[in-house]
Amino acid sequence: MTLSVRIIPCLDVTDGRVVKGVNFTDLVDAGDPVEMAALYNTEGADELTFLDISASVAGRETTLDVVRRTAEQVFIPLTVGGGIRSVEDVDRLLRAGADKVSINTSALARPQLIAEIADRFGSQVLVLSVDARRARTDSGFEVTTHGGRQSAGVDALAWVEQACALGVGEILLNSMDADGTRAGYDIGMITAVRAVSKVPLIASGGAGSLEDFSAALDAGADALLAASVFHFGVHRIGDVKRYLGTHNYPVRAVAVR
Amino acid sequence: MIAILDYGSGNLRSAERAFATAGNDVVVTSDRTIALEAQGLVVPGVGAFAACMSGLNGVDGAAIVRERLAKERPTLGICIGMQIMFSHGTEHSDTAPHAGVGVWDGTVSQLAAPILPHMGWNTVDVDLDSILFKGIEAESFYFVHSYAAKSAVGEMQAWSTHGERFLAAVEDGYMSATQFHPEKSGAAGLALIKNWVGSL
Repeated sequence: MTLSVRIIPCLDVTDGRVVKGVNFTDLVDAGDPVEMAALYNTEGADELTFLDISASVAGRETTLDVVRRTAEQVFIPLTVGGGIRSVEDVDRLLRAGADKVSINTSALARPQLIAEIADRFGSQVLVLSVDARRARTDSGFEVTTHGGRQSAGVDALAWVEQACALGVGEILLNSMDADGTRAGYDIGMITAVRAVSKVPLIASGGAGSLEDFSAALDAGADALLAASVFHFGVHRIGDVKRYLGTHNYPVRAVAVR
Repeated sequence: MIAILDYGSGNLRSAERAFATAGNDVVVTSDRTIALEAQGLVVPGVGAFAACMSGLNGVDGAAIVRERLAKERPTLGICIGMQIMFSHGTEHSDTAPHAGVGVWDGTVSQLAAPILPHMGWNTVDVDLDSILFKGIEAESFYFVHSYAAKSAVGEMQAWSTHGERFLAAVEDGYMSATQFHPEKSGAAGLALIKNWVGSL
């Protein structure tokens, strides 16, 4: 009886469509998030994450519809992040069918939002997304905003500790230095954050080779999020799970039915 | 017809869709008569023990569950919906534990594990006589919780481990319960739902 490591593909969605390059030959429409969610489910994804990068109110409404349609067809956990600023925003997403929400900028602007969401819905719905990079702060890691371009003026480890005390149920740690490089997760950052948090830790940013996934687990990650390596078919989810399983990491086998 | 009890606890859409996909007429309701008369009643739940008990009492849910069991009508608790069937829960209680429905004697307490919540897919150690797990004994199921029951109750127990051993599922006559979320456990979860519905 061992908890499996989770493999989580992340889809960037705007105005109801998947953006960033997606290169899947067996999809009728590579831009449909519901279709991609269903395919990743079939391939053995342990959870799904949608990141809503819509700039408009109308775009966010469309995301609610995407969440609704996904939840009707795909029976694995779904996390939705992007643009969540209030308890009401969380309520709308959960009612549409999301199981968890991830918050980032709005929590930096007003940390008490973490406690408000946790008190209302429980810590288990709340993922803190931390966009961090190496910097000359106390811990050597700082929080960034605007996709890693600006410093938030906050030490990353201090922020994780504060957020855990306020009630987040999980940490999604995005390395802005490693993001998109496919040169490997930031192992030092994962190790440092693991040491100060007792909630599950999802590593994100930099996944390239199969060895990168196991290195992040060795550093203390409980779950592994990746986008481009899955979207471009560099690895199928099954490849990652087979590799990890062969190297004695606990993975959920997906039975053929 | 399957009734999913709506007592203000979280998102019921997934449960509704999963039970419908497993091939049933499903209604989400807080109506006492419908909940009492349904062929099967599902008590889902997301949130803290005391808050869920408060919500359950708001729709007379504890009495509905007891009356159903007295009338031999199947009832299924999921996650917190399993935990509140016990007599006591210690979540967020600084002094005395909170009172549950009390179908089973026992206390639901925090898991002794380095990382909480227990979040993700775990396997279960299943009694071979199980109805719920028939054909899916070796599958993984999706858990999200920090508290659990740790002593055996009922006729059939399934166990899992996170830091320590805990009850992952129980079958006890007309009362069944799972600590994990079958409605979020993919094909294995749908198979478990079908097994339960098939037993009604």
